[in-house]
Amino acid sequence: MSEEKTHIVPYKTQVIVLFVLLILTGITVAVTRLEFGALNTLIAMLVAGIKATIVLAWYMHLKYEKRLLPMLVAGVVILFLLVLFVTFFDYSYR
Amino acid sequence: MESPTKPISYLDYKGEYKGILGWIFSTDHKRVGLLYLYTMLAFFSVGAILGLLMKIQLIAPGYTIMGPQTYNSLFTLHGIIMIFIIVVPGLPAVFGNFFLPIMIGAKDVAFPRINLLSWWLYAVGILIVLTSQFMGDGPPDTGWTFYAPYSFQTATNVLPAVFGAFVMGFSSILTGINFVVTIHRMRAPGMTWFKMPLFPWTLYGTAWIQILATPVIGITLLLIIAERTLGIGFFDPALGGDPILYQHLFWIYSHPAVYIMILPAMGVISEIIPVFSKKTIFGYKAIVLSTMAIAFVGYFVWGHHMFTSGMSGRALFAFSFLTFLVAIPSAIKVFNWVSTMHKGSLDLQTPFYWAVSFLFVFMIGGLTGLVLGSLATNVHLHDTHFVVAHFHFIVFGGTGFAFMGAVHYWFPKMFGRMYDANWANLGWGIFFIGFLALYLPMFYLGIMGMPRRYYDYLPEFHGGNIFSSLGAIVLIAGLMIIFINLVRSARHGTKISEKNPWGGTTLEWQVDTPPTLENFEEIPTITGKPYDYN
Amino acid sequence: MIEHRDDQGAKLGMWLFIFTELLLFGMLFVVYAVYRSMHPEAFRIAGEELDVTLGTINTVILLISSMTAAMSITAIQKGNKKLCLQLLGITILIAVIFLVNKYFEWGAKFEYGFYPGSPELHELGYGTILFFGLYFFMTGVHALHIIIGIGLFIYVALQVKKDKIHQTDHVWLENTGLYWHLVDLIWIFLFPLFYLIH
Ligand SMILES: [Cu+2]
Repeated sequence: MSEEKTHIVPYKTQVIVLFVLLILTGITVAVTRLEFGALNTLIAMLVAGIKATIVLAWYMHLKYEKRLLPMLVAGVVILFLLVLFVTFFDYSYR
Repeated sequence: MESPTKPISYLDYKGEYKGILGWIFSTDHKRVGLLYLYTMLAFFSVGAILGLLMKIQLIAPGYTIMGPQTYNSLFTLHGIIMIFIIVVPGLPAVFGNFFLPIMIGAKDVAFPRINLLSWWLYAVGILIVLTSQFMGDGPPDTGWTFYAPYSFQTATNVLPAVFGAFVMGFSSILTGINFVVTIHRMRAPGMTWFKMPLFPWTLYGTAWIQILATPVIGITLLLIIAERTLGIGFFDPALGGDPILYQHLFWIYSHPAVYIMILPAMGVISEIIPVFSKKTIFGYKAIVLSTMAIAFVGYFVWGHHMFTSGMSGRALFAFSFLTFLVAIPSAIKVFNWVSTMHKGSLDLQTPFYWAVSFLFVFMIGGLTGLVLGSLATNVHLHDTHFVVAHFHFIVFGGTGFAFMGAVHYWFPKMFGRMYDANWANLGWGIFFIGFLALYLPMFYLGIMGMPRRYYDYLPEFHGGNIFSSLGAIVLIAGLMIIFINLVRSARHGTKISEKNPWGGTTLEWQVDTPPTLENFEEIPTITGKPYDYN
Repeated sequence: MIEHRDDQGAKLGMWLFIFTELLLFGMLFVVYAVYRSMHPEAFRIAGEELDVTLGTINTVILLISSMTAAMSITAIQKGNKKLCLQLLGITILIAVIFLVNKYFEWGAKFEYGFYPGSPELHELGYGTILFFGLYFFMTGVHALHIIIGIGLFIYVALQVKKDKIHQTDHVWLENTGLYWHLVDLIWIFLFPLFYLIH
């Protein structure tokens, strides 16, 4: 097995990522106080999705991996969303 | 380690531990595979006897040898044993462990210690399930599906049975992870994806289902445990819960689990047929792609188990449509196998008999599945003996026949001894006749309206049931001939050291018989395609 | 026996395990989605019972611990054992604080009689029962993962100390980090879905 060169993520990047995550957390908490109706949940999930993507890409190193892993992760997320979608074929139309 | 002149067989290897400890603490993938085999044979015997007892009860209406409560706990235990202990781990755990590394040119699986841990979790899970039979409140009577809300209302020992199944789920997940990593990282140089034999390919598809579907049953069983111990109310209509949601979660796993059972069986058949037809497999790529298609689409058809539960009309249409879709790749495979045999020089040996009879019963099982997959007929047949016959044709007829085929195909390689072919063929014949006599009448009984899971029935069903119960006795007789022949041959059969008794082309037929401890003294380089008979 | 080292393989194995965790929690999110779609109003009212401040604090500290866990890998890759151990110590400390917060949060709910199977809760209607059932079950399973994470980090820290994990062999640390980020990932969704329902 050939030894692959490991990518070292600089401390500075990790601190910047944390700040972005904290700002996004602040945004979700703040948005709760505003009145967007059903959009509120959508916004909350969107922000959570962005936060999750950032954690996956930087902290979990997907950004630095070969193509296989990011593709598998995307596949699992799509699988989950499809299961959710198919389940609601039942619950939305009862 | 000192260098012995001749590499030692995995059966003769003496490690740190002696005797049985040398097996239950061995991380050698071949020994782990055999551990699974022996455990499964033991519990398969128990499950088969439970089945026989039920059939004897049903030989006449009313009380024959047991009452309703005993009957309920028997079909529950029969289901739990056959599903969770036998067919779900089944082929991957036994033959996957033994032959996957050899067939892709590796010395072991990626994580040998986790592999041994899988067996231990499996064994512990079995022990936990068994405690449910002997504790105070009586054996569980819910059926292997543990349907809500009954599963948290019955006073019987549901908890240990559910928890045991949960632990076995972990075992299954670890096997899946091991196989995916092994296939990704440890194929021999030159073995590209499309030069990989078909049994490893089906194991790959299966392993993904094990990884992606098993956690669903894990959390569902955990929810049942929480429901029983904490009264949490997710599936209890009295607390606002929806019992149908339990069915959704349960079948999101348990339908893909059917493909955990059947995909590796298809892999085994794809190995046996070219070898005994002496012909290159027809449509290698089509078989590979249909395997992956089944694994994917099979994830979205779970609702066909719930057509009469009260789902929305749209969900009914969607699930029925998807169910018909998943039949296509399965049919593609059948065409490929038949085309492979076409104009081949057939070598009529025991493994081939099993493979051909597999095709026959698998087709009946598959086509009756479509009868159940279409909405109108399903309403009539739901929860009748038609369903029982259908899934026994798939699970016992499909996976079971393939398992028997696999045992007879790889037996000489695994034990370095040959079984008595005459007894093996006779066992197959009796078993096959018994199988058809046992399950074919159930289709008829189901269409006539005989419900499943009752210890009693109306007098008009008597004739069919006599036929079916006699079939069960014949089947058990065939099974005993097969088992006795195999067990005796494993100990006293004629020794062989020939590497390739059947004329196979995959890697396991190029290593020693029985394989050496490390399978390959030198990792081979692969240049050609598998199943090359030109 | 046969020992061969394949860090890429070990990492792939860890990712596959993470997939199983994602689907395990994923199904709980499905249950959540179904019941929230049935009782949107009750979920909103019940959600207001939760302490947003405590929830936000836990979110922030868990994010910080994710960073320290990620940094500990950078530290070991640069051969800085001492810094690595300090960062692991901070991560474990934060994990414990998270659990202490959770303890107080749950304790307060128990005092009000909000716990699965409580008679007070059963009077409040289906939506509320389901909300608190989900809240306790999902945060409970999540807390269990935090506890396992603490165990893993203690083990890894001991290995670093003994130089079993070092600059050129640190896949155990990386995999534990991956596990910890998964725990964070789940919380990123739990937080808005329970504390910030509008
Ligand atoms: Cu199904």
